[in-house]
Amino acid sequence: MTAHTHEPPQPSTFAPEEPGSDHWVLNFGPQHPATHTTLRLVLELDGERIVACTPHIGYLHSGFEKLGEDLNYNQYVVVTDRMNYISPMANNIAWHHACEKLFGITLTKRCIVLRTIIAELARIQDHLLCVGTAALDLGAFTAFLYGFAERETIYDLFEEICGARFTTSYTRVGGLSMDMNDEWPAHVKAFCKQLPAVFVDIEKLLTRNRIFVERTKGIGFIDHDDAINWSLTGPLARASGVKRDLRKDEPYLCYADNWDGAGASAVTFKVPIAYGGDVLSRYQVRLQEMRESLDIIAQLIDNIPSGPIDVLPQDKQTLPDKREIHFSIEGLIHHFEQIMTNRGFTPPIGESYGATETANGELGFYLVSDGENAPYRARCRPPSFINYQCFPQLVVGHQISDLVAALGSMNIIAAELDR
Amino acid sequence: MTDSTHSVIQRLGERFGDIDFAAAPLMARDNPADEQVCVRVPADQLLDVMQFLRTDEACMFEQLCDLTCVDYLNFPDATDRFAVIYSLLSLTRNDRLWLKCWVNDPDPEVPSVVGIWKGAEWQEREVWDMFGIRFSGHPDLRRILTWEAFKAHPLRKDYPLRGRGEREDYPVITRESA
Repeated sequence: MTAHTHEPPQPSTFAPEEPGSDHWVLNFGPQHPATHTTLRLVLELDGERIVACTPHIGYLHSGFEKLGEDLNYNQYVVVTDRMNYISPMANNIAWHHACEKLFGITLTKRCIVLRTIIAELARIQDHLLCVGTAALDLGAFTAFLYGFAERETIYDLFEEICGARFTTSYTRVGGLSMDMNDEWPAHVKAFCKQLPAVFVDIEKLLTRNRIFVERTKGIGFIDHDDAINWSLTGPLARASGVKRDLRKDEPYLCYADNWDGAGASAVTFKVPIAYGGDVLSRYQVRLQEMRESLDIIAQLIDNIPSGPIDVLPQDKQTLPDKREIHFSIEGLIHHFEQIMTNRGFTPPIGESYGATETANGELGFYLVSDGENAPYRARCRPPSFINYQCFPQLVVGHQISDLVAALGSMNIIAAELDR
Repeated sequence: MTDSTHSVIQRLGERFGDIDFAAAPLMARDNPADEQVCVRVPADQLLDVMQFLRTDEACMFEQLCDLTCVDYLNFPDATDRFAVIYSLLSLTRNDRLWLKCWVNDPDPEVPSVVGIWKGAEWQEREVWDMFGIRFSGHPDLRRILTWEAFKAHPLRKDYPLRGRGEREDYPVITRESA
């Protein structure tokens, strides 16, 4: 162990209950239905008005980044499922997007289209939960149920394509773990057809609902400059008028022009922006983003290119097809070379950052490779963690019930927050 | 390296003539436009450089996208141990720049950039927690993911994957002693 200094534990900066003050302290969480997951907030209250708010996190810290230095580039995808478990597919895609950037792999057309469709399904899945629970925390139970029923269908679609509902682990370096079946596009189309009616139902219940609007308008406000200064990304930033979406600004997959190498144009979609900067604006942005996602899926689902889902394994960086493994000696040898602990991946030595736009914002991975089978360092830029740090600023001055609304609108997933 | 990144590097060179920025891509790419450019900055001039990058008309890095650290112990050809890595993002120019600030044992310390970007606050706390690098001038440098009594910095390369038995060190509270 190297020598480094340790300070004794410092007292918390939070000073509760000064003598003579009528402020009192409330411990909010870590186990409370309105915190959704294990978050803890220490609130200093003047009556019911919040004077100070100190978030304490780390209850779910499980060393994902340390594990990333031990697991190889395919194994780690299992860990990414457990980060933002509301939309695991989006994490899978983000992880292997970063890996492929490091390896310098160009995906096949079929894989690019399938990943784009899945990324958009994951976005809808995440937003449906966020819109639903944000309303649930304010007492509107019905919208939550409408949203959850549709999430169930998305889980079914994921189960059909990869065999798992929650922990999907669908992507692989240079491809996907398995191809879709022939019926899957029809099922996706059926889902896309029924979903707009649900949006209408949710909007009828909430958008002009006087109680909902009064509980959300002006609550949890953050302005444009502060949103940038606090490193906010995703719907949170866009609800404050920040024009930033990685799908447009640093395009990847089908969001980029010429994605198939033969001059295909990028999918067309709008990036919803709101200027309110409050809980209501975030709800509106998310609702609109789901509609745009449906539009993206509709552009792709009828034109899924044929061909392989994995890049050809000449460079021995991707796993061979299972049929190759079982029925040819070359495939078997190749599979062995990938799987054996003294062989495996041979990435270039270097560093690379790859990020995708997930439902919560920019999910990026900073990978350092020393040429070994596993990354030397696998830094995750988790949107929940970085978005959550401005939370005290959002709620100070509001009531406790408004804190619940603000928390719901941020869609903080503690597993991603603490990793 | 894109043209706009190139002009930022030039501006930096003009303004801070005495610093060797050693601008280089993080990794060589076939297409130069895909290259992610990284410069190295000494810790004692970090704040001046950051302030310049944040405010200069030609740079305008309004957002600190990511702040992390890598422990290069035993990394091939590495001369220093820790690199604090800043990932800056300019929304107006849609451009990114990476900065590395190298620090070494026994007392790794870099100045805090919380005064320039508020978004650095928790990220610096995380780097302190995981790597034991102090950020001087940070308003509230407590551990963030582990607990205050935890002694180690787990993402250092000399910290074993399975820990050092900290979880077994908890005092056992019995019904009588509680």
